[in-house]
Amino acid sequence: MVQYSALPLDLSFAALSDATRRGIIDQLGRADASITSLADRFQMTLTGMRKHVQVLERAGLVVTRKVGRVRTCTLGTRGLRAEAEWIEAHRKLFEARFDALDEILIEMKQERSDGQSD
Amino acid sequence: MDSQTSIVGGAQSRTSVERIGDRELVATRTFDAPPSMVFRAWSQPDLFKRWWMPRSASGVSLASCDMDVRTGGKYRLEFSAGGADTMAFYGKYLEVVPNERIVWTNDEGEEGAITTVTFEDQGGRTLLKFHESYPSREALEEALQGSAAGLPEQLEQLDGLLSDLAE
Repeated sequence: MVQYSALPLDLSFAALSDATRRGIIDQLGRADASITSLADRFQMTLTGMRKHVQVLERAGLVVTRKVGRVRTCTLGTRGLRAEAEWIEAHRKLFEARFDALDEILIEMKQERSDGQSD
Repeated sequence: MDSQTSIVGGAQSRTSVERIGDRELVATRTFDAPPSMVFRAWSQPDLFKRWWMPRSASGVSLASCDMDVRTGGKYRLEFSAGGADTMAFYGKYLEVVPNERIVWTNDEGEEGAITTVTFEDQGGRTLLKFHESYPSREALEEALQGSAAGLPEQLEQLDGLLSDLAE
C-alpha cells in the first residue's frame, strides 16, 4: 500500500478557502507581482499580505523569490496540479464504469424492443 | 467557510466528477435509458458485475458480487487483480426507492462514506448522480488514496504525484 501524506492537499484547500487568497492566485495568473503591489491592490498592510502569501507558499500554490529588497510572487503549479490529478483519476474510473453501463443499457433496450415486437 | 468545487473534464467528456468542499465527491452522467432500466442495471448482481469494475480501465475484476438491494439489505463485493488475493467491500443499504434512489454505507473502513445514487427522469433519459459523503476531510483524502492504490493505472499516476510531492 502506498503511503501518501494528505498534507499538501489539505494545505491547498485551506489556502484557497479565503477570498483574498483566491484573488491573489487570480492576479498572479495574469502577471507576477511584488508583495508591495499586491498589498496595494488588495488594500492591505504589507504584514497582512505577507501572511497570505506565506499560506499560499506553504501549499505550493505560490513561489516567491527575493531580488534586492523586492520579493516577487509567481504562481506555483504543484498544489493545483495534485488536486486536479486526484479528481482526474477518479473521473477516469467513473467514465470507464459508466461507458460499460451504457453498453449494458443498450443491450437491455434491445432485449425489451425484441420482446415487444413478439 | 466557502465551498470549493473542482471540475475536470471538458465538453467531450460525458462524466463529470466534482469535489464539493472538504467532504463530498459527486459524479454525474446522463444515460439514454429510463430510470427503471438504470436502476435494474444497478440492482441486479448479474448486470451490475458486468459494468462496475471494467477490467480494461482498472486491471481489477469483480470476483464476486452479493447484493440484496432493499432498505436494510446488505452487499458484499470482492475484487481480484488476477492473483489469489481478493479485496472486499461491503455495507448495507440505508434506503432503497426503486427507480429513484439507493443509499448505502461503506463499512470496510473505519470512516466510510455514505453513498447516494439518484436516478432522475429527464423525458425518458436518466440523469444519474453518484454522491459520496465522508465523515471528515481526512476520510475523503484517505479514500482517494485507497481507491487509487487498488488500481494499477491510478497507482502509476500516484507514483508520479508522489515524486512531485517529494521534491
